Amino acid sequence: MAAGPQPTPTANTSTYAGFGIPLILPAWVIIGFFLVVPVCMMLIYSFLTKEFRGGVIWEFSLAAYDQFFFDRGLFGDEPPKIEWTYITIFWRSIWQAALATLFCLIIGFPTAWFIATRTGRNRSIWLFLITIPYWVNLLIRTISMKFLIRDNGPMNELLLSTGLISEPIHIINTNLAVQLGLFYSYLPFMVLPIYAAVERYNFALSEAAADLYASRTVTLTQIILPAVKPGIIAGCILVFVPSLGAFLAPDLLGGAKNFMIGSLIEEQFKGAAGNWPFGAAASMILLSMVLVVLTLYARQQTREQG
Amino acid sequence: MKNLLKLGASALALSLAANAASAEGKLVIYNWFEYLPQDLIDKFAAEAGVEVTMDTFDSNEAMLASLKAGKMGTYDVAVPSDYMVEIMGGDGLLDTFTQDEMPNFGNIMSQQMNLSFDPERKSSVPYQWGSTSFSVNRDDYKGDIDTLAMIFNPPAEVQGKINVLDSQGEVLALGSMYLGIPQCSTDREQLKALNDMLLAAKPHWASFGSDVAKDVLVSGDASVGMIWSGFSAKAREEGANVEYAFPKEGYVVWMDNIVLLKDAPNRANALKFMNFMLEPENAAALTNFAAYTAGVNGTEPFLSDAVKSSPESNPPATPVGQLVQACSQEVQAVYDTIWTNLKK
Repeated sequence: MAAGPQPTPTANTSTYAGFGIPLILPAWVIIGFFLVVPVCMMLIYSFLTKEFRGGVIWEFSLAAYDQFFFDRGLFGDEPPKIEWTYITIFWRSIWQAALATLFCLIIGFPTAWFIATRTGRNRSIWLFLITIPYWVNLLIRTISMKFLIRDNGPMNELLLSTGLISEPIHIINTNLAVQLGLFYSYLPFMVLPIYAAVERYNFALSEAAADLYASRTVTLTQIILPAVKPGIIAGCILVFVPSLGAFLAPDLLGGAKNFMIGSLIEEQFKGAAGNWPFGAAASMILLSMVLVVLTLYARQQTREQG
Repeated sequence: MKNLLKLGASALALSLAANAASAEGKLVIYNWFEYLPQDLIDKFAAEAGVEVTMDTFDSNEAMLASLKAGKMGTYDVAVPSDYMVEIMGGDGLLDTFTQDEMPNFGNIMSQQMNLSFDPERKSSVPYQWGSTSFSVNRDDYKGDIDTLAMIFNPPAEVQGKINVLDSQGEVLALGSMYLGIPQCSTDREQLKALNDMLLAAKPHWASFGSDVAKDVLVSGDASVGMIWSGFSAKAREEGANVEYAFPKEGYVVWMDNIVLLKDAPNRANALKFMNFMLEPENAAALTNFAAYTAGVNGTEPFLSDAVKSSPESNPPATPVGQLVQACSQEVQAVYDTIWTNLKK
């Protein structure tokens, strides 16, 4: 099973090298302007003094980070203790995002495998079916989910009519509802990268393993999983990171009762608090956490490959 | 290639011309959600010959944040509540006009003049006024509802079936009335009591939500809902068996206003629109839609019977509703901590 003819390194460089910089320039400009500049602004804002009811005063201040880490009581004049409020909110968000990632993986992996093992036309149809719901706006889908799971909604009425349950299952406005929303919103982000990895997987390897008397479990854990691991990791990152900052699901399905990171940050800009430096600081702390996770992943990848 | 260029040039010229034509006839409104019917927008657009666009917000604070974050100069008029007019005026976000710029200025009711947030009505004209209290589904609860305890210390039947507005100012104002303490109290014991009372009440609440306040009552998700008077009337119209309470401890009244924003790109059209909304027939059409009360004389003949007889719009003589107060920076800091404690 030889792969097709490989281009030699020299052919590679001489063919493409001349176009490299002009081709990449637009991307660099866009990323530089619309990503780096806002992040820098956020970083600067997080170190400024808050103006009453929104806005900032251009004076250096650590108040935002102080508020995040130290609890000085209701009136702000007690000796500082460790502030658990925001740590709790972050922990809740991480926990929810991790669970959503796990559920997406459990459902997404077999789905991706199924699609990748279909033949040409069927495969396109299955892929198409996966993406169809995502042509509808996330807000609409989240509200529809709310209609489905409410106490007297279709799901409960169906279950009641079949006699499986005698009391409606109370899901709406609970953490379970938030979890359901996150899982549902980001499932395709898990399926698609894994699909791409499985599609590239050389099934002759599975046959070879079987010929050498490997059990199905061993084939899965020793042969298949290592081969499609990059797809799984990419999928996990793509689900975990947006789940961490989600605010539609907690607001609409969770009843906005418990802040998640996203809603906490939103409140700083849109709520009565109007505390922009604190919102920026919370965003920076979230961003740093995500960067640490991604850096660890990248380092592990290079170690494995190098 | 030449033809393509020509085509491109003419398209460009066309779009430039279109821009020039509409630049003189535009009005950009920043308003609450579900607060201005399309018919009225169309009527104004036809009468004044302008193109109207509207963005919406779901809290006074969200509007203020958006304006402060660089949206000044985008909108011509906004619709803030009483205390927010004062805040915006203090922050220099409002432009002023004179009475002779607005022929219908005299239609404003006398009780809508001389109000502390804009004593001489130099920047604002009344839009609608109403109240914030709560509604109870009478199928779910038959007892006495004349007390804010329905929200803050609810009877067992409705526990876990309560929606509270996601609005710091109104929740803390109603909470203060329930405890019988002044709004924006600076007394430490009172603020602590407010914090403790809200934390004890929260386990009985199902959700926080402003834009869903009506729907949760109609769908039956909530048996008790903190709500605006007009929203309660609409919930009733949509089939929910709800009764709106004017609790004995007090309730919030508010007055929404159309304000002329500083740096309004279409100042003349903004004044035309404010004048248009002071026309009794138009003010009445707005009231018929929103189910609140207009601040303009002469709306009576145009009001629908449903609005005229609506219990939500006809509060009893006592208790008297109170405006939400804008707190000082020190008290606001404590309020913010209480709110975060409540939602953490």
